[in-house]
Amino acid sequence: MIPKSLIRHETFLAVLLVVILAVLSFQSDKFLTVSNLLNQGRLMTEIGLVALAMTFVIATGGIDLSVGSILGLTAILLGVFWQKLGMPLPLAMTAAVAAGTFAGFVNGLIITRFNVPPLIATLGTLALYRGLAEGISQARSVRGYPEWFFILGQGAVLGIPTQLWLLLVAAVMAAVILAYTTWGRSTYAIGANETGARFSGLAVEKTKLAVYTASGLAAALAAVIFVSRVSTTRSDMGTGIELDAITAVVLGGTSIFGGRGTIVGTILGLCVIQALKNGLSLAGVTGDGTIMLIGVVLILAILASNLFEKSGSR
Amino acid sequence: MSNLGNAPTRRTTSAHLIQSGYRRFLGDYGQEIFVLAAIVALFVCVTLVNPRFIAVNNLNTILSGNAYIAVAAIGMAMVIITGNIDVSVGALIGVLATVAGTLATSGYPVWVAWTVPILVGLSINTVIGLLVAYARIPSIVVTLGALSILRGGLISVTGGAWISNLPPSFLLAQQKLLGVPVPLVAMIILTLLAAFWMRNSAFGRSLYALGGNPEAAVASGIPAERRIVQVFAIHGMFAGLAAVLFATQLQVIQSTVPPNLELTIITAAVIGGVSILGGTGTVIGSTLATILFATIGSALIFVNVSAYWLRAVIGLLILITVLADMLRRRRRSV
Repeated sequence: MIPKSLIRHETFLAVLLVVILAVLSFQSDKFLTVSNLLNQGRLMTEIGLVALAMTFVIATGGIDLSVGSILGLTAILLGVFWQKLGMPLPLAMTAAVAAGTFAGFVNGLIITRFNVPPLIATLGTLALYRGLAEGISQARSVRGYPEWFFILGQGAVLGIPTQLWLLLVAAVMAAVILAYTTWGRSTYAIGANETGARFSGLAVEKTKLAVYTASGLAAALAAVIFVSRVSTTRSDMGTGIELDAITAVVLGGTSIFGGRGTIVGTILGLCVIQALKNGLSLAGVTGDGTIMLIGVVLILAILASNLFEKSGSR
Repeated sequence: MSNLGNAPTRRTTSAHLIQSGYRRFLGDYGQEIFVLAAIVALFVCVTLVNPRFIAVNNLNTILSGNAYIAVAAIGMAMVIITGNIDVSVGALIGVLATVAGTLATSGYPVWVAWTVPILVGLSINTVIGLLVAYARIPSIVVTLGALSILRGGLISVTGGAWISNLPPSFLLAQQKLLGVPVPLVAMIILTLLAAFWMRNSAFGRSLYALGGNPEAAVASGIPAERRIVQVFAIHGMFAGLAAVLFATQLQVIQSTVPPNLELTIITAAVIGGVSILGGTGTVIGSTLATILFATIGSALIFVNVSAYWLRAVIGLLILITVLADMLRRRRRSV
């Protein structure tokens, strides 16, 4: 059962996206070209992966502010495992992703075992993981990856950027899991009424633990793609990505209080943000002006959706 | 944990009264005492390793160099007590510091450069409060948006340029009042005033009521919407005061604030005993927690922790403090 208000929000967002695309294509004839749009998809993937997992986290009524730091830590570990420890690159990639996933698991443990509110727990691990990344890297970057590694972040399969395929697969998987599996449905139940979910016999702690672990995994995968795209590792990678991801999720209609939200909404939210970023930079607006506009869009979109949704459950 | 039910009914011996008063004090200020104990323990340990730690110079760096964070944390604590949050305060402080610096270098009298940022902070946060209270957008969403707007706006206006050539009389944070640095005086006076006001005024009590149980608060006649706008406005004023202290610390004003400043401020409020769920906490705790963080940061340098590992150790200590706090609360509630 999907509430009607949700469908309305996504329709509204889709219309908004079309309007933005139309307006921007008049601003610059370089905007609505296949190569530009594919390139934007490339740039969208890292935030996209994080935002997909963030949809689950926010649907349970939680939040994960540490994803940017997990991304940075995973990137640094990838470089260190490969160059300092001399692991073969595929093994280093696997180990780094495992470490990032473990970082997410630790978030989940702190939140479920110690009852620390997610905002506070991930605020703490945000500082810890970024600090670890800085400490391990000693402010040195790792470069010189083999050629095949760049296929992931710079190559294309069947004419479409490699990572866009990954995002597509991840989005379909996330959409199916969230909408049709017991696990996905329990995230809504937990977000809507945690006590009620517990009394209905749902494995609240286990679900939450899995959700935060998945968030760590998504950030870690994003890290590998990021490194492959920019050909280097730095400890400040992914700074602020948590805000971009949360903006996309909330813009996509997921309630920050939990209990509702869809993957389709998140993807639409992502596209709106990326279209604005790209279109405005083509139109000559600076990056900082774009950041401002995204803030305005976020507030206006929620305001408009609140106005449409007259029932006003919150 | 209400104190109303503690009225002595059965054995009202004086010893019993003293004991219950002592218990009540511990119950009310447990978190503050915990943070204070941590600060003292830290000072003793680090001073044993390196006696220069308690030199006046270093104490000054710890206390007055971080006073602006404590001042901002007072407003943040009030916002969190009502059950809201503000993630844009770091960006706001950056904007207001630039406003102060620009006014000072454009030849306005220093008192104008000091008061305008406070008024601007009050106005900006009033708008945020209106959006939260009347448009019913969750505060985390509004302030997330405001964070983008303020951060983006600051860089596009300043172009990342620093403000220098500040008139010496503008540098409030470098001045002294009766031999005590102004930021320290401001921190202590503002904390005590705010704590007294939160504890004893009808306004202050209504903030706790709103955070504890909004429906009950509204049912008992508290104008919820107006209170939320007011608390955000007051928080903006404290952000303005913090910005003035921050802007007048050094000879230049950078167009950026320390990274994650808003997180430091939120964490200070929370570790000081303000529950992120609203309804409890005091501003004395948030100020003590700011001092604790500052002491930790300074202590790490004095015991020769590599600068690269500084943030990791601080993050770890924050987590340990949070976990210890949760365990303590759990034991108390059982």
